[in-house]
Amino acid sequence: MSFESAMARLGGTSISVSSVEACSMAKGETLADTIRVVSGYADAIVIRHPKEGAARLASEFAKVPVINAGDGAGQHPSQTLLDLYTIRQSMKIDGIDVALVGDLRYGRTAHSLASALSLYGVRLHTISPPGLELPPSLASSLIGKGMEIVAHNSIEDVIKDVDVLYVTRIQRERFPDSTSYFNVASSYRITPELLAGAKKHLIVLHPLPRVDEIDPRLDASPHARYFEQSKNGVPVRMAMLLDVIG
Amino acid sequence: MKHIVPAETSDDEGEGLLVRRIKNGTVIDHIDGGEALNVVKILGIVGTTAEALSIATNVPSKDMGKKDIVKISNRELSKQEVDRIALISPRATINIIRNFKVCEKQGVEIPTLIVGSVRCPNPGCITRTNEPIKSRFEVLPDGKGLRCLYCDSVITKDLTSYII
Repeated sequence: MSFESAMARLGGTSISVSSVEACSMAKGETLADTIRVVSGYADAIVIRHPKEGAARLASEFAKVPVINAGDGAGQHPSQTLLDLYTIRQSMKIDGIDVALVGDLRYGRTAHSLASALSLYGVRLHTISPPGLELPPSLASSLIGKGMEIVAHNSIEDVIKDVDVLYVTRIQRERFPDSTSYFNVASSYRITPELLAGAKKHLIVLHPLPRVDEIDPRLDASPHARYFEQSKNGVPVRMAMLLDVIG
Repeated sequence: MKHIVPAETSDDEGEGLLVRRIKNGTVIDHIDGGEALNVVKILGIVGTTAEALSIATNVPSKDMGKKDIVKISNRELSKQEVDRIALISPRATINIIRNFKVCEKQGVEIPTLIVGSVRCPNPGCITRTNEPIKSRFEVLPDGKGLRCLYCDSVITKDLTSYII
C-alpha cells in the first residue's frame, strides 16, 4: 500500500495485483512470463512474492526496473531504507547498539536491516526464540564483514545498553500449537515497564503489522517510533521510485 | 593443450593396473577416496548402462593416501560434468583415451559460478519451482561452500547430495 501511496503522490498511477488469483499465474503462468507481460504495461515493477529470489528472477526477465518489496523469508530492502531513515532522524547510525527481537530466522526485515547495519559499524544484539535465530549463513556473512553480533536470552539482558530496539512479529505458524506460541510470544512482549531502565534516547521500531509484540500502552511513549517509521515508508519509496524511473 | 603419453597409467598406480585398459573413453583419476560412486552418479549412470564401466575405490596413492578411479568406455565428458566432478573431487584428473593412448590429460578446476548443476537446499527458493531458470551458485572463497545467487542460501557440507 505504501508503494501505491508513493506512486500516487508522485503523480503516477499503479496497477496492483494483490493475489495470484487476480492474474494469469492462477492459470499456471510462470512468474517469468507474468513479469515479461507486465514489463509492457508499466514503467517499473514492485514485487512482493512468497518465494525467496523471486525479485531477482523478475529482474532477469523484466525490461523495466524491478524493486524487491519482500521475497519470502529472504530480504526486504525497501523496508530497510525507511528503517535507516527513521533511525537517522533520531541519531547517527555509526557505532550504535541495535537489538533485533523476534523471528530472526524467517523475518526478512531483520535480514535486510542486519545486512545494512553491517556497513555502519553497528553492534548487533539478537534476542529470538530457540530455532528462530538469525540464519547461520547470514550471521557468518555479517561477522565476516566485521560486525559484532551478541546473542541474548532475554530483552532484559540488553535493554539498558541499546539505542534501537527493533521488534519483529513472531509468527504463530512457526510453533506446533497455540500454547507453545503464546508462551514464547509473551516473553518477547515490549511493555512500558520493560523500558523503565532504557537509555533516554532509545527508539522502538517495528515493521508492522504488530500482533502482541508491543503493548499498546507504549504507543504514547517517546520511545515509540513505529508509526513514524511506517509513515516514513511513503517518502522513502517515493525516492526509490523516482530513482529507478528517473 | 594435448599431451600424448604412452599409457593410461598413473604415477600412483605403481605395479600395474587394477582393471583392464580401455580402447576409447575416459579415465577419471585422483578422485578423492570414497567418492567414485558419486562421480558415477554425476555421469548419470544410476541404473543399467551399455558402456563398460570400471570403478576402483580406495586405491593406495602416494600423493593422496587413498584415491578412487573411474574408467568409462566410449564416452568423453562434457564441461558441465567435469565442473560437477571438480566440486566433489578438486584434485581429480580427466584422461581421454583414444585407441589405448592417453590423448588428453587435464586437471579439473572449480568454476567461480555453478549453473544448473546444484539444487538449492532452500525449499522456499524460486529455483525450486517450475520457473524457466537454472540454479546459480557462486563458489565461496577457498572453495568453502556455495552460495545461491537467488536466495543467498549457503551449502558448506554434504554437497554431493545437492548435485543434480
